[in-house]
Amino acid sequence: MTGAAARTRALALALAVLTLLPFASHSQFFVNLAMLTAISAALGQAWNIAGGFGGLTSFGHAAFFGLGAYADAILQTRYGLNPWLGLPAAAAFGGGAGWLIGTATFRAGLRGSYFALVTLAFAQAFGVLANSLDITGGGSGILVALHPGAGRFQFTDRRAGYALAVALLALATLAAWRLSVGRFGAHLLAVRENEDAARALGVPAVRVKSAALALSGALTALGGVLYVQSYLYIDPGIAFSAERSVEMLLVAMIGGAGTVLGPLLGALVVHAIADTTRSLITTPGVAPMLYGVVLLLIIGLLPGGVVRIAAVRGDG
Amino acid sequence: MAEAAPLLEVRGLARRFGGLRAVRGLDLDVQAGTIVALIGPNGAGKTTSFAMIAGFVRPDAGSVRFAGRDITGWVPERIAHAGIVRTFQITQPFAGLSVAENIRIGAFLRTRAPAAAMEQARALGSELGLAALLDRPAAALTVAGRKRLELARALAAGPRLLLLDEVMAGLTPTEVNDTVALVRGVRDRGVTILLTEHVMQAVMALADRIHVLAEGALIATGPPRQIAADPRVVEAYLGAGAAARLADG
Amino acid sequence: MMALLLPALVGGVLTGGVYALVALGLTLIYGVLHIVNFAHGSLLMVAMFGAWLLATRLGLDPLAAVPLMAGAMFAIGWGLYRFVIGPVGRGDDRGVLLATLGVAVVLDNAALIAFTGDSRSIETPYALQMVQAGPLLIPLAKLVAFAGAMLIALLLWAFMALTDTGRAIRAVAREPEGAALVGIRPARIFALAYGIGIACLGAAGCLLLPSFYVSPQVGGMFVLVAFTVVVLGGMGSFPGAVVGALLVGITENLGNLYLGESLGPICVPLLFIAVLLVRPTGLFGAVR
Ligand SMILES: Nc1ncnc2c1ncn2[C@@H]1O[C@H](COP(=O)(O)OP(=O)(O)OP(=O)(O)O)[C@@H](O)[C@H]1O
Ligand SMILES: [Mg+2]
Repeated sequence: MTGAAARTRALALALAVLTLLPFASHSQFFVNLAMLTAISAALGQAWNIAGGFGGLTSFGHAAFFGLGAYADAILQTRYGLNPWLGLPAAAAFGGGAGWLIGTATFRAGLRGSYFALVTLAFAQAFGVLANSLDITGGGSGILVALHPGAGRFQFTDRRAGYALAVALLALATLAAWRLSVGRFGAHLLAVRENEDAARALGVPAVRVKSAALALSGALTALGGVLYVQSYLYIDPGIAFSAERSVEMLLVAMIGGAGTVLGPLLGALVVHAIADTTRSLITTPGVAPMLYGVVLLLIIGLLPGGVVRIAAVRGDG
Repeated sequence: MAEAAPLLEVRGLARRFGGLRAVRGLDLDVQAGTIVALIGPNGAGKTTSFAMIAGFVRPDAGSVRFAGRDITGWVPERIAHAGIVRTFQITQPFAGLSVAENIRIGAFLRTRAPAAAMEQARALGSELGLAALLDRPAAALTVAGRKRLELARALAAGPRLLLLDEVMAGLTPTEVNDTVALVRGVRDRGVTILLTEHVMQAVMALADRIHVLAEGALIATGPPRQIAADPRVVEAYLGAGAAARLADG
Repeated sequence: MMALLLPALVGGVLTGGVYALVALGLTLIYGVLHIVNFAHGSLLMVAMFGAWLLATRLGLDPLAAVPLMAGAMFAIGWGLYRFVIGPVGRGDDRGVLLATLGVAVVLDNAALIAFTGDSRSIETPYALQMVQAGPLLIPLAKLVAFAGAMLIALLLWAFMALTDTGRAIRAVAREPEGAALVGIRPARIFALAYGIGIACLGAAGCLLLPSFYVSPQVGGMFVLVAFTVVVLGGMGSFPGAVVGALLVGITENLGNLYLGESLGPICVPLLFIAVLLVRPTGLFGAVR
């Protein structure tokens, strides 16, 4: 037991050092890769809070990502708000949507596969709305004017973008760690393991699950803000794509769902696959196909995810 | 018999499943500080009655009052907060959590701080003979261990009224004796208990009052001695082919 | 408005007929294995590409390819369940869901590698032919697809009701343990039922191809439609799947008519959410 705990601590330390490395690099290419990996890890961690700790297998987390991205883009382009305010606004939209979707579906008793499909339907519905409303710019999306400067939340140095991605990753990982030690997290695990038993012991299952989805949704929405601020563009396909939802799930499942360090490892694995294949084969689809294969292998052979190799019990 | 208002008052509780009348008009009082048993042959409606009292099954008719409040139709978690905690006949462990973590979920009902709740959980688990298993996953427990865990988890929640659904089924005679002593100890600490049990020896040893259910209807109520001698009760059991159990007891 | 409404209704019914075939496979798989087959849309895409290859490389008309593709898709489905979904999912709800998701991801991207992301269609002599029915002009391809789908649905029903294999499948659906006691091997039946469900997609792919485009993304477009049909009709119910499919087809067409091409597609996801929140047993419920 102590052996596993020590190994987990060593792993955490190694990952922390790894996140610091890119700051020392002058290669924009490398820093960019690191930034994408950190965002994947942060989004995977956000998914993990609902999907791993809560067992709420969402197939539609892009709904929250897109809400955050559009909240940020619309507020600054249509209402002239400072883009920094996009962060709290996105968190509020993402969190609110998570709470509402959670309350509605969990009250109706939807679980497991049904919940997964409902989240997918929400993401699709949001995508259709974004594609047809005026305020979202319809299919052509929203372009944010270029105004480099910290005051406008736009950075030309990629390392600043990377720092923001790491900050979001740290926030999400802190939230996951709190879950692994606190009362709310224990309630969430109890509901995941056995809802009836949890309720018999006074755990308000619907509220606990909805709160987890709200927290997860808020963090995911923050990822949407970072996307808009680094690419200065959003459209319905980017915001609400099924691929984004699936990637968040993959990162968490491959690394180890319901563990604090799993999504970090998962993001490393996924990006290692992506970057090696991209340098070897240019045909689109090869890397995502490999993710699918890895997912099948992990589910079949190592259901606890890659983190199980490093730590015997994944609660580190 | 001038008694204080009972802690639990069940009136006319009824529930159908399709065409089957699982419980038809159950009346039952539980005085604070006593142990009351609800017995009856298989399928009599005992578990369904417990599930209705604890909020897991919505009654078609009737009411449940607890500590002076009407709790009919409340959700289970609210009823648990009010002070009624049930165990499950088919044990329901949090399989992926350790035994201590399982018990801690109960302790969290009254104790917010994680460390304090864990301390309580470990102490209670040790008291109930789970000391060596506290850090093992709950999924690894034997039947007897799982029954213990049900009890420990419920006790950790600090209930005023404990609903025990066959916590002795599947235990060896020695384990039954231990559990009888344990339940009595719980009552002595001031927890009121409503239990169902097929192990008659345990029921007779523990219960202050017994209610007998057959095919959803209450057929007899009284102290253990009177119930044991009641021909209707024997007939209900014999009719259901459970005479052997009585003889065992 | 009437002038537009009637064609939209008829168009909805015709599309719904093919949806019924897609959904019958899904509801069969759910009814017997109690699993949600998230790879269903992607397997339909595979079937459509199969029919497309047969048509473009061998000049085989999709309608003539129905038996061939149904057989091929049966083999693919059987093997997929036997060697991937069964062992990977281990019968646990989340495991199976994720296994079928993994299969979908692999298939979608394999198609992307093999065929690129372009949309493809075929030319048939009857592609532009119309049938005059009173005031309506109905595309012949859609009419044939509808008739074919209904015919295959009937055959499937007859197979399930009248053959020994069909009866064994239904026995396993109702009581796997009981069926095992009388000598039926549930594991075999599961792979068989999955194969039959996917064989329906083989037929559906052929019937769809003359009037639909195929691309690697088609699976993602169909998967929610198929689940909406099945949930609306009641998971596991055959008549439910047919009625649900017609309703979904009509809803889709009316949505496009009244809300426009861009907002119209919201109808299917909204319908899906509404059914699950309000009446998760669907119109017919599942008779187990
Ligand atoms: N959810 C349900 N749906 C349908 N029927 C049910 C349901 N729950 C219980 N029943 C039926 O109601 C009747 C009473 O069941 P219950 O579990 O309350 O009996 P019991 O007295 O606890 O029996 P046992 O001694 O075997 O535990 C039984 O016939 C049972 O099959
Ligand atoms: Mg019972």
